[in-house]
Amino acid sequence: MHEQQQQQTQYEPKIVAFLCKWCSSAGSDLAGVSRIQYPANATPITVMCSGSVSPQYILSAFNKGADGVLVSGCHIGDCHYMEGNYYARRKLYMVSELLQFIGVEPERFRMSWVSAAEGTKYAKVVRDFVEDLRHLGPQDKLKAQRP
Amino acid sequence: MTKKRTGVFVCHCGSNIAATVDVAAVAAAMAGEESVVCARDYVYMCSDPGQNSVIQAIKDNQLDSVVVSCCSPNLHEKTFRENAKAAGLNDFTCEIANIREQCSWVHKDRAKATAKAIRISLSAVKRVSRNLALEPIGIGVTRRVLVVGGGIAGIQASLDLANSGFEVVLVEKNATIGGHMIQLSETFPTLDCSQCILSPKMVEITRHPKITLMTSSEVQEVTGYVGNFRAKILKKATYVDPDKCKICDDCAKVCPVVVPNQYDLGISARRAIYIPFAQAIPASYTLDESSCLGLNPVVCGKCKDVCEAGAIDYDMQSRTVTEEIGAIVVATGFDLYSQDHLGEYGHLENAVDGLQFERMCSASGPTKGKVLRPSDHKEPKDVVFIQCVGSRDPARHCSYCSKICCMYTAKHARLYKHHVPDGRAYVFYIDIRSGGKGYEEFVQRTMEDDETLYLRGRVSKIYEDNGKIRVYGNDTLSGQNVEIEADMVVLALAMQPSAGTAEIAKTLKIGRDKDGFLQEAHPKLRPVESVTAGIFLAGAAQGPKDIPETVSQASAAAAKVVTLLSQPRLIRSPTVARVRSRLCTGCEMCVDACPYDAIHLENGKAVVNDVLCEGCGTCSATCVRAAIEVKNATPLQIQEMIGAVLSL
Repeated sequence: MHEQQQQQTQYEPKIVAFLCKWCSSAGSDLAGVSRIQYPANATPITVMCSGSVSPQYILSAFNKGADGVLVSGCHIGDCHYMEGNYYARRKLYMVSELLQFIGVEPERFRMSWVSAAEGTKYAKVVRDFVEDLRHLGPQDKLKAQRP
Repeated sequence: MTKKRTGVFVCHCGSNIAATVDVAAVAAAMAGEESVVCARDYVYMCSDPGQNSVIQAIKDNQLDSVVVSCCSPNLHEKTFRENAKAAGLNDFTCEIANIREQCSWVHKDRAKATAKAIRISLSAVKRVSRNLALEPIGIGVTRRVLVVGGGIAGIQASLDLANSGFEVVLVEKNATIGGHMIQLSETFPTLDCSQCILSPKMVEITRHPKITLMTSSEVQEVTGYVGNFRAKILKKATYVDPDKCKICDDCAKVCPVVVPNQYDLGISARRAIYIPFAQAIPASYTLDESSCLGLNPVVCGKCKDVCEAGAIDYDMQSRTVTEEIGAIVVATGFDLYSQDHLGEYGHLENAVDGLQFERMCSASGPTKGKVLRPSDHKEPKDVVFIQCVGSRDPARHCSYCSKICCMYTAKHARLYKHHVPDGRAYVFYIDIRSGGKGYEEFVQRTMEDDETLYLRGRVSKIYEDNGKIRVYGNDTLSGQNVEIEADMVVLALAMQPSAGTAEIAKTLKIGRDKDGFLQEAHPKLRPVESVTAGIFLAGAAQGPKDIPETVSQASAAAAKVVTLLSQPRLIRSPTVARVRSRLCTGCEMCVDACPYDAIHLENGKAVVNDVLCEGCGTCSATCVRAAIEVKNATPLQIQEMIGAVLSL
């Protein structure tokens, strides 16, 4: 039990965070400017719009060993490209259904809406996600068994 | 693919990055990559020697691509792309890895932050290795400007732009321009009359041949992009032709309807057909449909009967006008925080807000410049001014400082003492913030020359008691509770973004900050630009500010517009979608998904219009055959970036 606990505290989940350039990436920049601390587990990939995140990217991230994937865009109705985040929401809802269907905990995939003014929120999203993933443990269902 | 020759430049940013990230380790890790032929770190990469070292390294090592690991690309992407260009490369052979805002500033653990900085840098290396050299797309510019909001900010911006030779369309929601400034009596710190300094500018707006003024109008929809916007503006029916109206007041004399006059904040009344104030621009009466007895069918019709000029037309229709413009200045101003939110001070008849007090002091106001309390129209002898009402109260109201209240309260106290020399003025304050030319001296004169009693502390409660207002407060300097029997209380309510700010922000796709004010592109270096190219901000819509600051910002926004629209052609990002025709089956999924109608079918294959495409990539995520992709953000690049992010 003690050993298991120790293992859990050492386990650092790997998160790929797809952030849209206009809101969420700017929001994470604001977290930086405001020096709001959060865990280093989520590495951002800035994309133009959350609507450009293909379901393939998410599955591929799990395949390459991600323990969690975050997609974050502008608030619904505030998309810089008018309706990209609606597409993201519809498409990515399907991904979370699919993950559940194939036996991956749907909690491993998360969507959030973080505006350019919400540095605090971005930090919280990452903090909460890391916390939840620590409880779930490593993801190996979709991870490719490469030598 | 021939072997890439990438250079990686890791910036210390003084200690901003280097304190948390082992920059040498990042450079060393990048040097181990196959495509990287040169990796180094430097204390300030954006400094002149730093930039020169990048240019020199490109030449010395025959680099074909560059990654700079530094701050957010919003700050220095342009800088380093210029360096790449100076060394003979294409702009798009340079990518930024953000290891400051997204890494060193938000983490403390050096090992973890360094590992993350390596992941971020590596993903940029992967991305840049597949970037195409792209040439910017040149587009034409419409040399006209839309200014939204006709307060002092919008007026100043419009005049500056029109005097620079650009056509301006000025849109104002209300029946007259002038905004809140025209409601003021005198202005600090010089006590010159607000109308006297603003009215000439308002008249100039109507007379200027380059300015089209649209009052009682609202921007409904804006499409297009920088240099080429198209705005749909709803011009509401005012039922009076301003060209024919002689402002003789005959119509208002016969109008049977009496409603509160918003311009005087309800202190005076007006008719359903009215002119907000005598100097209103356009100089015309307006028929307020919502308070008129009825226009369809006409119930009363008296005003039309008496109008000798024939200016009144009950059949006038609201109409939508489309304007082509190249840039937009948003100057939608502020509103006062609502008294509804104030449990402890709210809604006593003799507790007025700052703007109501301004109207009382104004010579052209409802009381003809006499300070009279609303309940019995008697001259108040004890007046308590409460500052920071709703401001600086994160627990219950607005967390920010509204910035102008210290000064206007000092002004109010002085005006009151000038009007009622034997009256007593008390000011409750938290701090006095009087940063501004001549401001501190102004406040001192209020205290000393005009004998206003300043009490440092908050007022806990006010309530009506036997025709007086009992004010309970605390003087933190003497440590005593204070109780004042006041005849009138003036509340310095917080400034908040005007009611339509959320809507206009949505229409224009520009951001708002946590308090709802319009978000500037950078708090220090780009204070008058929105995040959307071609849209600029002026005045209190961006944050609380006084008149001098508002005028400066409006002129700054106008100057920015002039800079933009003076270019012969605008440059548009070439990172647009392209179709891999061989894979396209003509299913039209992308055509439907594109928010800009930039894709159409030609001979059964999708074709992208480079000028309309914004490069959002929604099409590429929709295509099941990966037949459409955004240049320099292709699925292959993203896949390799995912791999890099998960590599350690």
